[in-house]
This record gives sequence, C-alpha cells and structure tokens, in this order.
Amino acid sequence: MALTNNAISFSSVGQTFLTGSGSVTALDGVTVTIAQHEFVAVLGPSGCGKSTLLRLTAGLMKPSKGTVSVFGKEVTMPRDDVGIVFQKPTLLPWANIEDNVVFPVRHKYGRVTADDRAQARTIIETVGLKGFEKRLPSELSGGMQQRVGIARALFLNPDILLMDEPFSALDALTRDAMGFELLRLWQASPKTVLFITHSIPEAALLADRILVLSERPGRIIADLQVPTARPRDESALRTPEMQDFSAELRSLLIRKEAA
Amino acid sequence: MTVSETQGTAAVKTASTQDRQERRLPISEKLLRMPIVLPLITFVLILIVWEAGTRLFAVPSFVLPAPSRILGGFESVTAGRWFEHIWATLRVALVGYAVSFVISLPIAVGLAKSRLLSGAFYPLLVVIQSVPVVAVAPIIIVVLGTGDAPRVVITFMISFFPLVVSMTTGLAATPPELIELSRSLRAPSFREITQIRLPYATPYIFSGMKISITLSVIGAVVSEFVAAEKGIGYFIQFSTSMFKLPQAWAGLVILVIMSLVLFQLVSLLQRVFFPWSLPKGQK
Repeated sequence: MALTNNAISFSSVGQTFLTGSGSVTALDGVTVTIAQHEFVAVLGPSGCGKSTLLRLTAGLMKPSKGTVSVFGKEVTMPRDDVGIVFQKPTLLPWANIEDNVVFPVRHKYGRVTADDRAQARTIIETVGLKGFEKRLPSELSGGMQQRVGIARALFLNPDILLMDEPFSALDALTRDAMGFELLRLWQASPKTVLFITHSIPEAALLADRILVLSERPGRIIADLQVPTARPRDESALRTPEMQDFSAELRSLLIRKEAA
Repeated sequence: MTVSETQGTAAVKTASTQDRQERRLPISEKLLRMPIVLPLITFVLILIVWEAGTRLFAVPSFVLPAPSRILGGFESVTAGRWFEHIWATLRVALVGYAVSFVISLPIAVGLAKSRLLSGAFYPLLVVIQSVPVVAVAPIIIVVLGTGDAPRVVITFMISFFPLVVSMTTGLAATPPELIELSRSLRAPSFREITQIRLPYATPYIFSGMKISITLSVIGAVVSEFVAAEKGIGYFIQFSTSMFKLPQAWAGLVILVIMSLVLFQLVSLLQRVFFPWSLPKGQK
C-alpha cells in the first residue's frame, strides 16, 4: 500500500438497487477523494443516495460499479477504524448510558473490561453527559440521546466518523448546540468526518468542504470549499461571504429540484 | 408577623377549597378514581342479581345454580381432592406452556433470520394452527397413550402459535440501524440475536406469552375432556355426567382463578425483570 493521506476515495462509483418494480440507480459516476482529518458535508435532496455514499464507505454494501477505498485499501467489508452515527440515536432501551457506550466492545468481543468502562466514562464526560452514566436512554432528551450515539461511535476511537443526518431529528436550538459540540470534539481529536445533511446552514457551519449531490441518480454536481476560516460561531453565518456561499448552495439545490 | 399570618390563613383557605372541590365531585368521577373498587362493585351487583334471580324464579340448579349453591359445590369434595385436580391441570398447563416456549423460540429465530425458512415453514405452522385441536386430541391420546405426554402435546398445539407469531414479529422489529451497527462491528451472528434482536423482541414476546398462558389452561382442560382420571377438566365432565352442576360450576370458578393468576404472574414477571419493555405509562 502506498502511503497516502487520502482517507476515503471513490472512483467512478455507481450503485444500483433492485426493487420490486425494477432497478433504481442511487449513485452514478461518483469520483471524489477526502483527505485525512477533513470535515466533509454531503448536501443533497432526500433520496439522492447520500446515505448510500455513507454505507459504501462503511463497507455495509458493495458498489455495483467502481471502487471505494479507505486509507488506500479497497473496502470489501466493515473496518474497525470507522464509526457510524445514525439519524436516530438507536440506543438499546434496556441498557444504561455506560452500557450503551461500551456496547460495541461487548457486541464484538463478548466481554467488557474495567478499562473499557473507564474509557466509556471518559467519553461520556467528553460529550457532556457526566452523571448520567447509570440512566436509561428513555430518561434522556433527544439531544442527550444523540450525544450517547456519538459517544458510542467514538468509543472504538475510529479514524473516520460517518454521520448520517445525525441532528435532523432534533429541534433547531438543540441542533445548533450539537453542531458546535461536534466541532469542539473534532478539534480536540481530529478525525475524518463524512457528514450527511440536507441543511445548508448546518453544512456551511460545520464543514471544510461541501459536496452537493444531484437528485437520483446521485452525481456530485459541486465540490466547494467553505470560504470562512475556523473557529466559527453563529456570527460566521452572517458574514457577506457566507451569505453569498449559502445562496450559491441554495441555487444549486433548487436548480436540481427544478430540473 | 401579620404578613406571614395572612399567608398562613390563605394557604389553609386554598387547602379547604380544594377539599370542598374534591367533595363536590360527582360520584361517577370519584368512582373512576378507584380502579379496583369499580369492577368489584359491578361483580358483587351481578352476584346479587344472580342469587336473587335464581331464587325468585326458582331456576333449577342444573340450569343455573345460584352463587350460594356453587359455593356449596366446593364443599362436596375434600380440599385434598381439589388440590389433586388443580395440580393435575396446572402441571399439564405449565409443562405444555414451557414446551411451547422452548420450541417456539428457535422456530421464531429461524423464521425471522431466513426468508427461505420462513417461506418453507410458515405455511406449515398456519396449517397446524388451523387444525381443530379438539378433533385431533383423541387421535393424539391413542398414539401417545396415557400419562401426561399426550396432554402436554395437546396443550402445546393450542398455545404455541401466538408465541411463534409474536416472537417472529418482535425479532423482525429491531431497528435496522442496530443491525447495521452489528454488521459494521463484524460481530458474530449469534450475538446479533442474543444482544440485539431478542431483547428488542421482549415486549412482543410478553404479549404472546400472555395470550398463550390462558390458552395453555384451555389446552390442559381439553385434553382432560378426552382422556383423564384427574384434573379440573375431568372433574367438570364427571360432575356434569352425574348432574352435579353446582360442583361443575365450582370447577369452572377454579379454572377462571387459575387462568387469572397465571396471567398476572406473567405480567408480574415482565414488570419485575423487564420494566423497560412495558408500554409508556405502565411503568
């Protein structure tokens, strides 16, 4: 393997699904590389294959065409260095927060050591849930539950974090707070992040770079660097350059929907 | 000083107003706040009407015995004999129920995991479920002979289907994200069953278990109707053949109590060991 700082690379990837009424092409001719520690948001209308992109990277499905590589190696099955945060937290309702965070280890290896538990408590503290270790998920708010979902994904210390619209089920205020929380975590411990979203402000605020996908079949129609330097806060979205940038993104999305 | 005093009297005043409002509630509202008292009153009223009706119209006891006559029916047999009958029925019901559970679980796992197995066996299960067990019971008794074995089989045939269906539904109801999480971890497949699918199926399994436990009692009684020398079902049949109807009714009362107690035990099991699996508002 050649040493490379490309974390994720797609090379003319196409994905076709067989459904009851024929075949559906979710992705078509997607070629893109994502550098290590880059924060990339994937923006697109619903049903455009954004999630497929994520599942291909996770090794949960194989592409119909082309290849997907992670750290220079073709993805043929799920890897240990990839963590996933889903749209819904999908915690285990019978297990307390700590048990939910150590679940990947229990599930993969069948046992949990004291070290694992200590590490889980550290991560729970990092995501701001200290004191909630022994609570059940149902006792937590939606935002707190998704923090647990993030803690669970971070527990195996992945190099790549895949996030599938992780904050879309949250209310607007919680959503903003969670975005800043994620940036804080990412800056403290840099990772390559692939962040699926359909929110323009969310993408513009969080990402280094934004990939805009067309409607089905999903193609990359724009690959843009976010013009504002980090660290960003709410006011970053109100600068003229960001307003222009958001408008550009919006026109890209709207053009697609009109087409 | 005066301020606190006025505040004090104000507090007393509001408390007494609340009291008065409580007292002013219509009686129907008050009854609705007592979840046990209301059905109990209904039950006692029915018993009174029943007792009065049978006496007033001199209904013969083989048509409908008065509650007091049924109570007398309990005394026609010694406590020891009652216990023997109850134990015989209870034993068959519980063993049959346990067999149902143990057999349903692997079947449900197979049906939920494999579409091939599901396609091959599900129709067969529906066929077994559609067989009128009462009609097959005599055949089973002949094939399996005397003893508990044929009765357990009959009980199993009556009670297993709701368990299989509820378990299969429950095992398939797991959020797909958790299955993806399991796959992304490359965890062994059996742990996907034991650590994700089965716990997720718990609420479904319990609703199946609640239906099946009462069906198990029915199964045990049906098997006793066909061939038995002990058990409440046998006792009821024997009593009716001797025209001892109050006695048969007493057996029926025992069966109802048995079913209720077993049902409540299953509910208790869920409340104590799996409280998170209860629907919201029942915790």
